[in-house]
Amino acid sequence: MLTHDTLGIIFANMHENSVREMTQERSMASLPFGGRYRLVDFALSAMVHAGISEVGVVTKSNYQSLVDHIGAGRDWDLARRRGISILSPFSYTSSDGNTAFHGRIEALYAVRDFIEHSTCELVLFADTDHVCSPDFADIIDRHVRTGADVTMVCRDPDPDPENVSNVISVSCDEDGAVKDIMINRFDENYLQSMNIFVVGRLKLLELIEEAHAHAKTFFERDILLDQLGELKVMVYRYTDYVRRITGLKSYYRISLELTDPDTTSKLFGRQTIYTKIHDSPPVRYSIGCSAKNSFVADGCTIEGTVENCILFRGVVIEKGAVVRNSVIMQNTHVCAGADLECVVTDKDVTVTKGKKLAGDPEYPLYIKKKSVV
Amino acid sequence: MKECVAMLLAGGQGSRLYALTQNIAKPAVPYGGKYRIIDFPLSNCTNSGIDTVGVLTQYQPLELNEYIGNGKPWDLDRLDGGVHVLPPYQKASGSDWYLGTANAICQNIRFIDRYDPQYVLILSGDHIYKMDYRSMLDVHKAAHADCTISVMKVPMEEASRFGIMNADENDVIYEFEEKPKNPKSDLASMGIYIFSWDVLREYLLRDDADPESEHDFGKNVIPALLNDGKKMQAYRFEGYWKDVGTIASLWDANMDLLNPSRPFDVWAKDSKIYSRPQSLPPHFISSTAKVENSLITEGSQVYGDVETSVLFGGAYVEEGAEVAFSLLLPGARVEKGAKVRYSIIAENSTVGSGSVVGESPEDFTDIDKWGIAVVGPGLKVGKNAEIKAGAMIYDDVKEGEVRC
Repeated sequence: MLTHDTLGIIFANMHENSVREMTQERSMASLPFGGRYRLVDFALSAMVHAGISEVGVVTKSNYQSLVDHIGAGRDWDLARRRGISILSPFSYTSSDGNTAFHGRIEALYAVRDFIEHSTCELVLFADTDHVCSPDFADIIDRHVRTGADVTMVCRDPDPDPENVSNVISVSCDEDGAVKDIMINRFDENYLQSMNIFVVGRLKLLELIEEAHAHAKTFFERDILLDQLGELKVMVYRYTDYVRRITGLKSYYRISLELTDPDTTSKLFGRQTIYTKIHDSPPVRYSIGCSAKNSFVADGCTIEGTVENCILFRGVVIEKGAVVRNSVIMQNTHVCAGADLECVVTDKDVTVTKGKKLAGDPEYPLYIKKKSVV
Repeated sequence: MKECVAMLLAGGQGSRLYALTQNIAKPAVPYGGKYRIIDFPLSNCTNSGIDTVGVLTQYQPLELNEYIGNGKPWDLDRLDGGVHVLPPYQKASGSDWYLGTANAICQNIRFIDRYDPQYVLILSGDHIYKMDYRSMLDVHKAAHADCTISVMKVPMEEASRFGIMNADENDVIYEFEEKPKNPKSDLASMGIYIFSWDVLREYLLRDDADPESEHDFGKNVIPALLNDGKKMQAYRFEGYWKDVGTIASLWDANMDLLNPSRPFDVWAKDSKIYSRPQSLPPHFISSTAKVENSLITEGSQVYGDVETSVLFGGAYVEEGAEVAFSLLLPGARVEKGAKVRYSIIAENSTVGSGSVVGESPEDFTDIDKWGIAVVGPGLKVGKNAEIKAGAMIYDDVKEGEVRC
């Protein structure tokens, strides 16, 4: 349990350009993942399990689906006195007159009233591009014990080729004190930032005010790297299961990893991942269906053949349909005789009778939300 | 003021469910993969626009209380009304357990009076069905009835197992017979009543004062109203309704969900059945699994063969295990090479590898000797044990042991 009151902040829109196909009408935070979740559920659940009961979700655009998903926050036990707040960008005007903020510094500056209003000692902030289930209480505990100004959560370098853009590489000494930070550069001898930070609340306000006054935008570059000598920046080395979504291909690959029970026990075994409740019934498997090696959410009806798939809630696979190596999002309807291979269907897609759709594991075929194929 | 308040009788022990209701009340018994029996009346209430529900508990209420909680899953966490768990409590005049169904309501007259309703709907927590109580209330109002009883047609040869309502051509009830030897009608009471509250209130107080009474709706209150010539209306229900008071009927009602020719649709989107969520990840079907004609719930993992069965949240079937015509309640586990047929494995129980639980009715020449095998909650069945058809297991079974 948490001994230091901590305010949680989640950046809902960060990194969404990397999965542009899927974030046309939604934020990164509300990207569906793992059959019944949205990416935000991982960070939110980790916060709740660490005893964080005050959370702000910083949004910029396209957040209707996120508002719908989170609602009052009840499904995460965050419908509390302070609880969860969706921080919309209503009143922000940046130095260049733009009404949308750029970078983490402007984003934090835009919500500084919310941070000021809190009485928490610390702030933990996180993006939603990493799929993991960390122990935030341990991270916060380490931050306090080391007396750091800023703690960055880092992992061993992930050499995935789709993963080199947007990489923040970090090197530190054996005590974990950060020695160097490189932006957008992969180095196998450096750790990689997971975009999760702990900072004292008053310290953060001070840093943000100062940086914003100097028209700075990027937290890692303009604050951490700029003030490496003055600030005590410490690394928390995260060694459990973590994957970063950096594009459709990695989304597809990371999704299909969930057909390995070893992965699911790492991701879902440590702590419950909460998500919005849909009250879907159990999955109906009919006579004559065939299902192998698949991860299936409630509410599906399976009459056809399913192999190596992730099925979200309410998917229907009709008799004679064959779906292999695919990620099938909520309420997709695959009609009789259709044949899908290496496909990612977004929500509410209908694949009509007898259609054959195929992508490649290196280049999965994406079908847009509400399409009728 | 509320037009209609529902009172749900949930204090029953469900003694004919034996091991399954040792530690929980009957309405808390799991059903259909992710539900409990009480989800049906509670969801029916919320789908019928009834937002005030008193749940009368008495027998083993802990799990049921926790399950109902603040009523949020059924949208019954309301500022005015909502769901209230009502156990017996001490009053200035003394205290008593609920002595019968009517007494349970009688002891809560003050609860009902707080909402000053025109009508009171009496429900029980023993049945699986979907009903719009509004249309029953409409019938009650249109008939200017004092009491309306929901009835359904049953096969004439089975009528003697039910409480039978004899009604005229306008469905006005003139006689009630509990389990008649020679039934005159095939209209069976479903144990769902709507009363005009002023009438019920009067009869409850009168019944309470009668030392001879068993304080039961079916035995005392309904006959008293009939005797006095009160207007009793039958409301005909056509749809799926099942009493799940016995092991056989509980198993049957679950199997009905797998039978495409049964009309019961739990899944209809306009009248969903709600339940308290367990927040488990999606279920996993491995490449060694074979699944057919089954219901599988989130949190389950299947590595073996599952046929015509219902797997509840977090059930686990290991590689080489075979599960057929069975219910694996939440957290039940069937280990390698075990065979489970025509059985109910209760919450968090484990069937050890190589064990055989239950038998197929086809292997019996005398079908009366056959029955569903039940392994009670939290038990361990050791390796290579054998549990015969109809067995009721209350304690751990040792390795290699044979139980009848």
